[in-house]
Amino acid sequence: MRYSGFRIIREALTGHKGWGPAWRDPAPRPAYDYVIVGGGGHGLATAYYLAKTYAKARIAVLEKGWIGSGNAGRNTTIIRSNYLLDGNEPFYELSMQLWEGLEQEVNYNAMVSQRGILNLCHSDGQRDAYRRRGNAMRLNGVDAELLDRDQVRAMAPFLNFDDARFPIKGGLLQRRAGTARHDAVVWGYARGADRLGVDIIQNCEVTGMRIEGGRIHGLDTTRGFIGAGKVGVAVAGNSSRVMALAGMRLPIESHVLQAFVSEGLKPLIPGVITFGAGHFYVSQSDKGGLVFGGDIDGYNSYAQRGNLPVVEDVCEGGMALMPMIGRARLLRMWGGIMDMSMDGSPIIDRTDIDGLYFNGGWCYGGFKATTGSGLCFAHLLATDSPHPTAAAMRFDRFQKGLMIDEKGVGNQPNLH
Amino acid sequence: MLIPHPLLGLRDAQEFTYLGDAALIDRPDGLAADAAGRFFDYGYLRDNPAGEHRELWFHEQGDRSWLVVTRNITTHEIVRVELARDVALARGRGR
Ligand SMILES: Cc1cc2nc3c(=O)[nH]c(=O)nc-3n(C[C@H](O)[C@H](O)[C@H](O)COP(=O)(O)OP(=O)(O)OC[C@H]3O[C@@H](n4cnc5c(N)ncnc54)[C@H](O)[C@@H]3O)c2cc1C
Repeated sequence: MRYSGFRIIREALTGHKGWGPAWRDPAPRPAYDYVIVGGGGHGLATAYYLAKTYAKARIAVLEKGWIGSGNAGRNTTIIRSNYLLDGNEPFYELSMQLWEGLEQEVNYNAMVSQRGILNLCHSDGQRDAYRRRGNAMRLNGVDAELLDRDQVRAMAPFLNFDDARFPIKGGLLQRRAGTARHDAVVWGYARGADRLGVDIIQNCEVTGMRIEGGRIHGLDTTRGFIGAGKVGVAVAGNSSRVMALAGMRLPIESHVLQAFVSEGLKPLIPGVITFGAGHFYVSQSDKGGLVFGGDIDGYNSYAQRGNLPVVEDVCEGGMALMPMIGRARLLRMWGGIMDMSMDGSPIIDRTDIDGLYFNGGWCYGGFKATTGSGLCFAHLLATDSPHPTAAAMRFDRFQKGLMIDEKGVGNQPNLH
Repeated sequence: MLIPHPLLGLRDAQEFTYLGDAALIDRPDGLAADAAGRFFDYGYLRDNPAGEHRELWFHEQGDRSWLVVTRNITTHEIVRVELARDVALARGRGR
C-alpha cells in the first residue's frame, strides 16, 4: 500500500479498516544471496538500497531483538554534514542529500527537519578552527556560515552571553543540517525494503559464522542455520562481539553514551545548538521536549545504561550554556552502546574472509550517516569495490597511517 | 562506580582517568623483526569482550598510581583490583 494524503482521507471515511502491517513477518528461508546482520538504521538502509539496485537477489535482514532496538532508536537524531576531513566530508554530504530526498524515496514521513546546527565558539583559536572547517565544507560544496556574536544573539537570545570564562564569540552554522525522527527512519527503510522483497527477520540473533576455506557460507542463529552468499555485518555497539565469531579483532571499543529529554515546552530552541567549551548539545523535538546530551561515560561498557557523574556533567554544561534549562524538569534518560573506533571515524570494508563485509565504528555519530552508509555498504556488497565517497573508510588505514581523525586525539577511543 | 583501591579503599571512579585494555602493559619490543605488525596490534586492535575486562585506570586525583581493574562491562561489577606495578612485574617487566 502506498501512503498518501488521499489514502488518509479514504481510510478516515471507511473507519481505518484498510491499514495493514507496514512490513511482513516472514520465517527465515534456508538460504539468501545476501544476509545483513543488524536491523538498525544502517542494516535496513543497506538492504533497501541493495534490493532497489539489485532487485533479483534474495535478501534478508537478521535482527536479534526488534528493529530499531539498538542505537537507531536511542540517538538524539541530529543530521549534519559539517566535517573537516576529505575522507569524511563527501560521504556525509552524500548522506545529507539522501536525507533531503528520503521521504519521497521510501514513501514514509521521517520528519526530516532542516532546522540548522549552530556550533558555538568561545575563543579566538576556536573561531579560527571553525573558519577552517567551514572553508573545508565549502570546498566540498557544502553550506557553511560563520556567525559573529551579534548574529548568534539574534538567533538564540536565551544563551548565556555574560559568561566571563567562556564568552560566546560566534558560531559555525550549517543551515541544511537538522533532525529526523529516528524510529520513523527505521520503519521507513524497513517498509521500503520489505516492499522490494527483503525478508526482515526479528528475534533472530546471529550466534556463529560458518567459514570454510576462507569463505563464509552461512550463519548460525537462534532461529536455525541460514545459508548466505554474502554477509554484511552492521551491528554498531556489538561489532566486536559479532566479528569475533569470525575470529576477527577490531580497532573498536564499546562505550556507553547517554541521552536526556525534558518535559514538553513551547517552541524555544530554533535548531541544534552545541556548546564549544564543554560537551553539551541540545535541540527541541516536535513534541516540545528538549533533547540533549554530552560526553560518553568514558570506559568500556556493554550496559545500555550510564552512570551518574556524566548526568551531572551534562547538566552543568546545559546550565553554563543556557541557564534557563534549570527550570525544566528531566523526563527520561537512557544509554546506548557506541562502537568507538580508534580514530573516531567509521569502517565500511571487506574483510579477509570471502563474502564477509563489515560496517561499523560509527561512534556517537552514525545516525546522520544512516542513508549514506546504507547506500555505500550496498554498493560494496554488490560490486566488491568501495563507493567513491567511502573509499577512505577502510580497515587497513590504521596500519598504513591513513587515519581519519577529525579531532586529532589519536588511538584513544574515549577521547573522540 | 566505586573502585576498591588496594591501598586507599573504596574510591569514586571520578577520581580516575581511564586508559583502556590492560594488555597495554605488554608493550612490544620495538627492535623485534616484526615490530611494525606487533605495534599495529598493540596500538589499534582490541578484544572488547562483553564480560570480564582487565583495564588500566590512573588515580589522577588521588595517589597517582596505575591500577589494573577487572570489571564486568555488562554489569559494571568490579571483580578484582591490583596495582599495575605488581601486574607488570609479575609479567616480567622491569617496572
Ligand atoms: C544516546 C545516543 C545519542 C546519539 N546521537 C546521535 C546524533 O545526534 N546524531 C548521529 O548522527 N548519531 C547519533 N548517535 C549514534 C547513532 O545512533 C549510531 O551511530 C547509529 O544508530 C548506529 O547504526 P545503526 O542504526 O545501524 O545501529 P543499531 O540501531 O544499534 O543497530 C544494530 C542492530 O544490530 C543488532 N544486533 C547486534 N548483535 C546482533 C546479532 N548477534 N545478531 C543479530 N542482530 C544483532 C542490534 O540488536 C541492533 O538492533 C547516538 C547514539 C546514542 C546511543
